[in-house]
Amino acid sequence: MPRPVKTLLFALALALLASAPRAMAQQKPVDAALLAKGEYLARAGDCIACHTAREGKLFAGGLPMVTPFGTLYTSNITPDQQTGIGIWTSDQFFKMMHNGRFSDGGLVYPAMPFASYTKMTREDSDAIFAYLRSIPPVKKINTPHDLSFPYNNRSLIIGWRTLFFREGEYKPDPTKSADWNRGAYLVEGLGHCGMCHTAINALGGSSESQAFEGGLIPMQNWYAPSLTSNKEAGLGDWSIEEISDLLRTGVSSRGVVYGPMAEVVYNSLQYLNDDDTRAMAVYLKSLAQGTSPEKPAVPLPSAESSLLLSFGKSIYDRECAGCHGAAGLGMPPHYPPLAGNPSIQMVSAVNAIRMVLNGGYPPGTAGNPKPYGMPPFAQRLSDDEVAAVVTYIRTSWGNRGEPVSARQANELRAATLN
Amino acid sequence: MTHRFRPIFAFVALIALPFGAAQSQIADRAPDTMAARVLACASCHGAEGEGTSDVYFPRLAGKPAGYLYNQLVAFRDGRRKYPPMNYLLEFLPDAYLKEIATYFASLRPPFAAPAIPTVSGEILARGESLVKNGDPQHGIPACSGCHNPGFTGMEPAIPGLLGLRASYISAQLGGWRYGTRTAAAPDCMQIVASLLTEDDVKAVAAYLSSRSAPTDPSFAPRGSLPMPLACGSEPN
Repeated sequence: MPRPVKTLLFALALALLASAPRAMAQQKPVDAALLAKGEYLARAGDCIACHTAREGKLFAGGLPMVTPFGTLYTSNITPDQQTGIGIWTSDQFFKMMHNGRFSDGGLVYPAMPFASYTKMTREDSDAIFAYLRSIPPVKKINTPHDLSFPYNNRSLIIGWRTLFFREGEYKPDPTKSADWNRGAYLVEGLGHCGMCHTAINALGGSSESQAFEGGLIPMQNWYAPSLTSNKEAGLGDWSIEEISDLLRTGVSSRGVVYGPMAEVVYNSLQYLNDDDTRAMAVYLKSLAQGTSPEKPAVPLPSAESSLLLSFGKSIYDRECAGCHGAAGLGMPPHYPPLAGNPSIQMVSAVNAIRMVLNGGYPPGTAGNPKPYGMPPFAQRLSDDEVAAVVTYIRTSWGNRGEPVSARQANELRAATLN
Repeated sequence: MTHRFRPIFAFVALIALPFGAAQSQIADRAPDTMAARVLACASCHGAEGEGTSDVYFPRLAGKPAGYLYNQLVAFRDGRRKYPPMNYLLEFLPDAYLKEIATYFASLRPPFAAPAIPTVSGEILARGESLVKNGDPQHGIPACSGCHNPGFTGMEPAIPGLLGLRASYISAQLGGWRYGTRTAAAPDCMQIVASLLTEDDVKAVAAYLSSRSAPTDPSFAPRGSLPMPLACGSEPN
């Protein structure tokens, strides 16, 4: 998408030049630097992931978002006068981003991450608005949401807001570095990382006290690991370079992104500049400072689980060792290491099981344009085999995860893929 | 399946060895080859795209690159629906999909033995007639008109029809009839498939899957066949 957008901006600039003398007199000149900044920030906020449907026009909305409460359809945010946000003012746009309210006072469903975007400055909000005003308008009426009772009653959002919404721009911490503060602004605000990496409770809200402690992403059946615990995706013992590589290219010498995080890297993070990537890395690393991996109680080996382990090892040596190595060291960055990889040892085994069942490609990015794919094994391995090999990987080479059962493997065969 | 991987791994080990010997402290890197990059495809489509014993997973090798590219894009964007494929391709850019398509188009692994037909000689004859001559009375064009008389396809985007199992062929024709598989407009295959009866589909699938490997597997050059219908995915 970046290329069409850039071409568009260029065309727009040309068009403006051509019609300059008269048009300039009537409308405010469009500031190219402001538009570029707005486009960049829209990338950092990953607006495209939700507001552009598959095979749909840029930012014309209509993407179905399946939630436990029903299906929401994203809105048209192109500058079309009737069906988009063509008649909005920058004040109205800021009110929506900052406060989660439409100009008539109506409440925005919190699937729109305004609880994160509220931390954005007015200046950044205005830049995004200017950019959205500059893209081609698309006439496309918004699809009505399909929510089940009682969630179709928008006034319920008041309750949600009382519990989970804290309005307010990001306040820099003067005791921290400029990098750290910029990283915090991006991670907590525009990046809305907490939408997945903070557990969502039964009311569809995230608790501030559990910020970035990880959680299962509703409906998608992927586990968004804790960013604060070194036992999960806590990055305390990663270098800044390793974290930056992962965010920018999708692969690193420590691990690789798949599933929903691949989407974030593909549509958003790969476009951030080196300074911002580094700032996010600095902040993310600090989240996990001070926590050290606990010694988990290793429930192995009983006679039964050692049988499972030797069965798992035979499958591993046959199917996995060719790329990941007999000792689980992998061939980084493309064949990620499994030994010592925290994402494999998390309490939740969901991601490890799903990787074996479904395989996956990391995102194709400018920094890694031709990624290597992990083969799916759902059609080749039985539930027992999947459980055995995942158990072997989670408990070998010093890994301290817990065994998984054939039932867990079986349940995830039905997980939504796409 | 595993035994098909072994030659690759042996090869990987061979090229990795010299580095290992010279720089024993440096960890091995993944081989810089397309074969290694598309290993994710191999468990269903075979190490060289030759297909596997699963009757629903098609042969990819030697189909025109434009056809394979169109399918990769259609799976990525959700137009063609098969969740394991949609999931794998979701975050891969056009340029890489083009390279994957070109890679599989260039491969020439041997064809598996053709299926022994399980239908009557009468049905098989109906299949052969439809495939070679069409059914002018019902406006059905012959498959050979676009897919080439040798059924190896035409560049850039018309696929070969050999090396596919009857179940796969009938599932695809069924998908087109019912609108679950679509292509860029004008969607010529949707038009053709909607003219076929279920018995026609069965006959065509039985006949095509019973054909032996083509003596010349190369596809017809672009524009070399006068197509009876306009196809959005095969621009002239």
